[in-house]
Amino acid sequence: MLVFVIRRLLQSLLVLFVMSLLVFAGVYAVGTPIDILISPEATQADRIAVVAALGLDKPLWLQYLLFVQHAFGGDLGKSFAYNIPAIQLIFERMPATLELASFAMLLAVVIGLPLGLYAGLKPKSLPARSIMAGSILGFSLPTFWVGLMLIMVFAVWLGWLPSNGRGSTVALLGVPVSFLSIDGLRHLLLPGLTLALLNIALIIRLTRAGTQEALLTDYVKFARAKGLTDARVVGVHILKNILIPIVTVIALQFGSVIAFAVVTETIFAWPGMGKLLIDSINVLDRPVIVAYLLIVVAMFILINLLVDIAYSLLDPRVRLSDAGTN
Amino acid sequence: MEETPFKRFVRDFCASRLALAGAVALLAVLFIALFAPWISPQNPYDLSQLDVLDARLAPGEKLGNGKVALLGTDDQGRDMLSAIFYGLRISLVVGVSATVIALAIGTAVGMLAAYAGGRTDGVLMRVADIQLSFPPILIALVLLALLGQGTGKIIVALITVQWAYYARTVRGAALVERRREYIEAAQVLALPVSRIIFRHLLPNCLPPLIIIAAVQVASAITLEATLSFLGLGLPITEPSLGLLIANGFNYMLSGKYWISLFPGVALLVTVVAINLVADQLRDVLNPRLQR
Repeated sequence: MLVFVIRRLLQSLLVLFVMSLLVFAGVYAVGTPIDILISPEATQADRIAVVAALGLDKPLWLQYLLFVQHAFGGDLGKSFAYNIPAIQLIFERMPATLELASFAMLLAVVIGLPLGLYAGLKPKSLPARSIMAGSILGFSLPTFWVGLMLIMVFAVWLGWLPSNGRGSTVALLGVPVSFLSIDGLRHLLLPGLTLALLNIALIIRLTRAGTQEALLTDYVKFARAKGLTDARVVGVHILKNILIPIVTVIALQFGSVIAFAVVTETIFAWPGMGKLLIDSINVLDRPVIVAYLLIVVAMFILINLLVDIAYSLLDPRVRLSDAGTN
Repeated sequence: MEETPFKRFVRDFCASRLALAGAVALLAVLFIALFAPWISPQNPYDLSQLDVLDARLAPGEKLGNGKVALLGTDDQGRDMLSAIFYGLRISLVVGVSATVIALAIGTAVGMLAAYAGGRTDGVLMRVADIQLSFPPILIALVLLALLGQGTGKIIVALITVQWAYYARTVRGAALVERRREYIEAAQVLALPVSRIIFRHLLPNCLPPLIIIAAVQVASAITLEATLSFLGLGLPITEPSLGLLIANGFNYMLSGKYWISLFPGVALLVTVVAINLVADQLRDVLNPRLQR
């Protein structure tokens, strides 16, 4: 177990290193931000001074080495556009993204699990068939378009829900959150639902498949033979046994949800780090792009590692090994 | 009466009415994309045919030249129906070409890994695994942030996202097939390796590849639309469905729904049709499910 974790950590560091190299070289190949940052009226001397102050006059390899050196000190450079440390900028926006992603995951479980259970218990019934047809639609719908349609129906036509921003936030342990106020919850609902859609479909399918499998097992038959109520058989015996794959998928999907939040945040003008990335790409704010990508990649590696470890703890049949290629 | 494999395939495929409907819808979409210049009411990119006075007409209203804009017009007086036909063409070209190239690259890599084995196999598959552990949208975002905008660049991004699926699938299938007798027979006959790979091994690895490629075309089209919507995909001179939707987003809050709604419906129909066909292909081509 310990060997596995160490091996995976080393591998993760290697991935992170390669990623930083690629991202750094790539971002610097795209073009120079100087033209955006310096006004056309600036004199040549001013230009040279700014270029030197940003460290853009040094050769690329030296810039990278300096970047790595600073990165170990927790400094990923200053944003060109905001003139504050990129890492600070991202950490300021991160709670909004994490809140949106968590809310979306919660919605996915609360909606997906009961629907999937129902579809698994009564597969032939009309509601179950509609649920499954709906889940196919959930996989096929282009998520960003669904977001637009939700805005159109609920914000423009019906006027029930707001279409952009976080609404009023409440400070929880010093971090502003939306879910503690009615206004904030109203703002969360549409982006949360948009982001949850794909995962609702996924959880419905997983739950249904798991339920159908569990119904055929001996322990369920035995539980029924003992005369347990349906509620207990379903709620305890079945649910407990199908939960492992569902928990795994939820954990693994959390990373994708954060990545996909880029789209949702752009549509709903949600002030998270995904929207920050798109804004930064548009103005070629290199340090923020590099910092965002490295932080998200690091988050991903961490999530994957935690899932692997949690999986082995939840299910004793799973043995962790380093033979990942077969 | 002897039934040819092709006839059996068609019969099995048509067993599901839903899949049949999907296939019909897919053929219609392909027809529209292929013949867009001849069946569109106007050429949406010929500025001489556009009239700013026609801008933002609701569906069913009359254009200045007396024609009816069935699906309305956009902010430049462009007939939405024509714009959708042309957009569908661009979306399909990008999605399909990226998938075909990724399929070729992934198959080559997978075959190489399966045939070479050892260290080559280990390194290639580890790279594929690491890439597969990141969601496609993140990889595409990274690449486009680095490469910038453009049709070629988005195709490169879509290829990068996809190749690992094919590489893994081909390697798995090839490793199984390699141990079969007919490969051994070919080797005993001292056939050249290239012939064994292309004439014996590859054809038998195709069914799973076809299924994955079908699903991947749909997700490539969706991903391209998403990226174009974010302004990172295709340039404005080649408006795919995603760009049309993005353009309509600017007018949505003032209630002009049709500029975004209809391109989205076209996208949805395309993706659902492809998925339905792919689903049925999976059942028909899977020998384990043969009754």
